[in-house]
Amino acid sequence: MNPIRKRRLWMIAALVVASAIAVTLVALALQRNVAYLYTPAEVLGGQAGEAVSAGTAKFRLGGMVAEHSFKREEGSMEVRFAVTDGDAQLPVSYTGILPDLFRENQAVVATGHMRGDTFVAEQVLAKHDETYVPKEVADKMGLAHQKHGVQTPADAAADAP
Amino acid sequence: MLPEIGQVALVLALLVSLLQATLPLAGAQRGRTSWMSVARPAAFAQLLLVLCAFLVLTVSFVMQDFSVRYVAENSNSLLPVIYRYTAVWGSHEGSLLLWALILAGWTGAVAEFSRKLPDEVVARVLGVMGLVSVGFLSFLIFTSNPFARLLPAVAEGRDLNPLLQDPGMIIHPPMLYLGYVGFVVPFAFAVAALIDGRMDARWLRWTRPWTNVAWGFLTLGIAIGSWWAYYELGWGGWWFWDPVENASFMPWLVGAALLHSQAVTEKRGSFRGWTVLLAIAAFSLSLLGTFLVRSGVLTSVHAFAADPARGLFILIFLAIVVGGSLLLYALRAPRFEEGAPFAASSRETLLLANNLLLVSACGMVLLGTLYPLLADALDLGKISVGPPYFGFLFVLLMTPLVLLLPFGPLTRWQREQPSKPLAMLAPWAILALVLGAVAYFTAPQGPLKTAAGVAGSAWALLGTARFVWTRFKGNGRRFTPEMLGMTLAHTGIAVFLVGALLVEAQNTQRELPLAPGQTVEVGKYAFRFEGVEETQGPNYVSDLGHVQVLRDGKPVTLLHPEKRAYASGGQVMTEAGIHSGVFGDVYVALGEPLGAADDPDRANGAWAVRVHIKPFVRWIWLGAALMALGGFVTALDRRFRAKPVQAATTEQRA
Repeated sequence: MNPIRKRRLWMIAALVVASAIAVTLVALALQRNVAYLYTPAEVLGGQAGEAVSAGTAKFRLGGMVAEHSFKREEGSMEVRFAVTDGDAQLPVSYTGILPDLFRENQAVVATGHMRGDTFVAEQVLAKHDETYVPKEVADKMGLAHQKHGVQTPADAAADAP
Repeated sequence: MLPEIGQVALVLALLVSLLQATLPLAGAQRGRTSWMSVARPAAFAQLLLVLCAFLVLTVSFVMQDFSVRYVAENSNSLLPVIYRYTAVWGSHEGSLLLWALILAGWTGAVAEFSRKLPDEVVARVLGVMGLVSVGFLSFLIFTSNPFARLLPAVAEGRDLNPLLQDPGMIIHPPMLYLGYVGFVVPFAFAVAALIDGRMDARWLRWTRPWTNVAWGFLTLGIAIGSWWAYYELGWGGWWFWDPVENASFMPWLVGAALLHSQAVTEKRGSFRGWTVLLAIAAFSLSLLGTFLVRSGVLTSVHAFAADPARGLFILIFLAIVVGGSLLLYALRAPRFEEGAPFAASSRETLLLANNLLLVSACGMVLLGTLYPLLADALDLGKISVGPPYFGFLFVLLMTPLVLLLPFGPLTRWQREQPSKPLAMLAPWAILALVLGAVAYFTAPQGPLKTAAGVAGSAWALLGTARFVWTRFKGNGRRFTPEMLGMTLAHTGIAVFLVGALLVEAQNTQRELPLAPGQTVEVGKYAFRFEGVEETQGPNYVSDLGHVQVLRDGKPVTLLHPEKRAYASGGQVMTEAGIHSGVFGDVYVALGEPLGAADDPDRANGAWAVRVHIKPFVRWIWLGAALMALGGFVTALDRRFRAKPVQAATTEQRA
């Protein structure tokens, strides 16, 4: 083998090894840091999976802050409210300062995990444009609304024998 | 009447840009001088017309013409005058008009300063820039018209988003856009070189300052955005790995790679194809950034409630730009001649490593940003990628970059004895390690990150100083602006490292309930909450807090964190009270009153208060400013201007 070809071969081998390491690292990092978004109905109905309901998996809870659900113990940093998707409600507890745009009947995305029947949030996000509902929350809420609404022609066709 | 003039100016600008995109390109292919000579006047005419449209929109804002829909949606009679000027780019339509204006500005500048370049090159470059203009102006006119009327006019506007009523927001978008759009110049040169089928080092030398300036502006834009988020959002963070931040960071990373690879191509002739590819990538990522922000596909603090037609338009535009230029690259790049060969131990190899690391970092950010979109499209669920993913991989990729940084300038082109730079840097490496060890044992908290920050920063700084010393010691060797720029930018990295890692390690944060008169101790400081009073701003009512900061029992400063409720729309905004210093900031933000909701006097009771102590946080932005300055100083090097002038004219005569 001539030296140039030998060098090229080494370079290609190094490149392959480097990309293999890179892919593994990226995949591992992604796997550990990905948080899924679920609505209260999915959590309570069990579609979100065992790990979520058992409280071992961290996830993001999306929906609207339910009306009249916001409570704060006087003088305490702990707040409680409920998140609803129209189907189901999930009580949430959070200790700390809420974002400026947090309000009842507004979209909210909270990150945390289940403890018993309550979602314990580590972080609460509300979006800064009052007309804006996060797309992913809007999509999921849309699903909930569809279920309650009149059957669409497609659904009706699918139901027909 | 006035808005219609703006509308007409925009349509005329589109027609002119169509002319600019077609005739010169065709003329350059067929060798028709008269067709090519259209390029320059068309560029100036386009600049004039877009400027006219922009001024019309500005006047509409200042005069409060609420019959223009965009003005009515983003202004209010109570809005202070200064923010009426800046409200022009406060939302989607106006910020795109600013984009178009800056593009026209860069095009005009290229037309003005390219008089010494061969006609065909100028015609091709301006033609490609014209094509980009056609895309953007039609996007503006057909999907996001800023001059659309609202008839009958409303009596009162909806007001500018309160987050944007801030000095930082006045300069953040123009700086960012100057950077984003500035990458159109190397892009246009790269595409022109591909059309031509060869890449002349002299033209490349001419484009280098443009890349440096664009990158400098992008650096400033990102830094100002980060600084603004720090004091305006009230969370005390300076970088969130938010999709939109990532969108601006990706072209920055590729732009940094491009700067270095252009230097290699210009000086040694190597990496020609790679440089062209990076120039295409930098501009494509700028477009992708615009797409991500403007299409509403991302969940982000920057996302606007958007119209899907806009997203589709940008997506098609992006596909044409990326697909077209990559196709051209595949067809033409193999024609480029090879540069001078280089050994495994040479400056070329080091710069190649720099490029690979920066581009990998960009790829990693791209993957993390687009993965949620991909997963959604494949029905894998709604996911988000957390900051630890970015943090972990970014540190992993940037560590070797910092370690290699001092070697670059000290290693010779083509071939170098590895022992020479190693011997020059060994004592400084030991000193940096000793400093890191000292930091490890003296740090009050987070010893590992502190040590990494101190050692890494000392290494970058001392290694760069070693290079400066070598230059000054050598007799008769000049210290060019290019070297000064490099030195400044690398020093900026050292300064940034101190800020980023030390604030990460030493940050103290507490969220506490505080009653008036109550004192708490956080770190070395004591905070006495004096209460909150209601004050009236121009277009908001504010709960103004008074917090006395003490150190060792002596008063340091009185901070005034605010909670503003804007008159229109009722949005609430946090304004942090910050006492800034070279070695750290004291940061206080008001949360909310803790009294019962039905208590009318609750504002005078206890409040939730967020207190941060952020050592060295200013160094983050100082470092970024030094990097930007480095880019600007490099661009001043006379070598980029004087030489091609002579070379080009002699060639023409011959």
